[in-house]
Amino acid sequence: MTTATKDQLDVERIRADFPILATILHAKAGTAGVPLAYLDNAATTQRPRQVVQSMVDVYEKHYANVHRGIHWLSDQSTDLFEEARGKVAAFIGSASIEQVIFTHGATESINLVARSWGDANLKSGDEILLTEMEHHANIVPWQQAAERTGASVRFLPITEDGRLALEKLDEYLTPRTKLVAVAAVSNVLGTINPVQEIIARAHAAGALVMVDAAQSVPHTKTDVTALDADFLAFSGHKMLGPTGVGILYGKRELLEAMPPFMGGGSMIRRVTTSGFEPAELPARFEAGTPPIVPAIGLGAAIDYLNTIGIDAIHAHELRLTRLAHEVLTAVGGVRFLGPDPEHKSGIVSFTLEKVHAHDIAQLLDRQGIAVRAGHHCAMPLHKRLGIAASSRVSFYFYNTVEEVERLGRALEEIKRIFRRK
Amino acid sequence: MTRVPFRTEPILTVLAQHALQVAMPLEEDELYQERILDHYEEPYHRGACPGATHAHEEDNPLCGDVVRVELAIDDGKICDAYFSGDGCCISQASASMLIEQICGRRLDEVTAFTGADMLQLFGAKLTPNRQKCCLLCWRALQSAIYSPIAVGPVETESGEQPAGGSHDNCH
Repeated sequence: MTTATKDQLDVERIRADFPILATILHAKAGTAGVPLAYLDNAATTQRPRQVVQSMVDVYEKHYANVHRGIHWLSDQSTDLFEEARGKVAAFIGSASIEQVIFTHGATESINLVARSWGDANLKSGDEILLTEMEHHANIVPWQQAAERTGASVRFLPITEDGRLALEKLDEYLTPRTKLVAVAAVSNVLGTINPVQEIIARAHAAGALVMVDAAQSVPHTKTDVTALDADFLAFSGHKMLGPTGVGILYGKRELLEAMPPFMGGGSMIRRVTTSGFEPAELPARFEAGTPPIVPAIGLGAAIDYLNTIGIDAIHAHELRLTRLAHEVLTAVGGVRFLGPDPEHKSGIVSFTLEKVHAHDIAQLLDRQGIAVRAGHHCAMPLHKRLGIAASSRVSFYFYNTVEEVERLGRALEEIKRIFRRK
Repeated sequence: MTRVPFRTEPILTVLAQHALQVAMPLEEDELYQERILDHYEEPYHRGACPGATHAHEEDNPLCGDVVRVELAIDDGKICDAYFSGDGCCISQASASMLIEQICGRRLDEVTAFTGADMLQLFGAKLTPNRQKCCLLCWRALQSAIYSPIAVGPVETESGEQPAGGSHDNCH
């Protein structure tokens, strides 16, 4: 089957930008080895030469600390760093550049809100509404905030096919609900949640909404202004960027009213022996030397994604997801976690009858196929589904039809190994 | 599977013989070899231990593997041993291998059986991450020895001990 011609994306040409995708694994004396099929993109993506080169260029030509020195290199570095912030703001539709805070990852972004906004605004009797499909990064910070403030955490249930039980949302949104924290896309189920509707209903009930967009911003068009999101968090490394940089977007009036999260350099206007006065946005939340080069790398990643086009990326991933459902169904004994391909992002989690997820991952690895196995940092979700672990295949725009077909053949081979009698 | 008779040979001698027997046609580090898959698919003593006196459950929250070990201990000997649980091939096959080895053993032999011995018993080469799977039952066993079951023997209507309360291995 050659559907390459039908692909709107020239995947072969794209892959030439990603040297790591040409890796041959497990080559021993006398054997050719197997080509890598990297299907673990929900964990982290690979990065193209352009992104790596952008960071090399900074280190070799433009690097100094930002917002500090009155010297030529510092100005260069600062310009590139702030230019990257502008690219992020445009990519997610932020009304202003100052509402984009550089953090060290989506996890830190959520913790920032839970600490800063949470401690200042939550009190005993208040409720924080999460969902059963949240990643631990969007559960634990709220459990910690609840411990500190006396607020309680509730979980909106999911349906049998892995979607949010929205018909129960009004029941869970009470006058005590101060904040709803929800993933735009589930990192296990792949479910695309109707965030815009949830935000509108939460606002009507007087609650703010924190969107965990770590699995959505890299794959689908995000417009924070149209969504009317109060807070939105994502990471650079899941969208071709380096690790160590993430984003917190927030509404200006909320961010300006929040106390600083961490104290240190950059985040102050002035410091005296008797106290300090915090800086304006975004520096207010960027204590210490920020991840300068990773931020610039993220800017380069956004440039790259823009040349591909986010809609073309989503369409390609949907094609692969549909094919994966077909191929895995043909293998037999597969239980899909989550809805049908039309309602989800490029994430396919499953269990295979009689074979544990870790054995699947280990045996797939022998064929060069990299997948995730375990609970994917979503233990409450796995408990809800009644399973201990699952296998997860997750795509990006550089994955191919051939890789999905290899996955199907490899799973058939695994079934043979475990069904000898 | 049938219950093994009380053993007198040291465990490590058994291991040495075992190593000879399993000179595999496959690569030495083959993880999914017949011997391991056999234990996974037809485990030794999977289930509840009749007349259990000691029990302990260990899990590995990171991967969701769970193994519970139940022992019938009498006079310093493991008269009978069973395991139950859920998890990957390595965690469940290693449990089957270990339970088979320790049935009928004296407690001092079992406490002397180290984690390294367990990895040797398993045979296949494991990465550090998967060594945790292999050592799960071993950890459960080492704790089970010190974990008497809290409730006393269940009285039946006739006042007799429940079935399975005596152990031929111990006499």
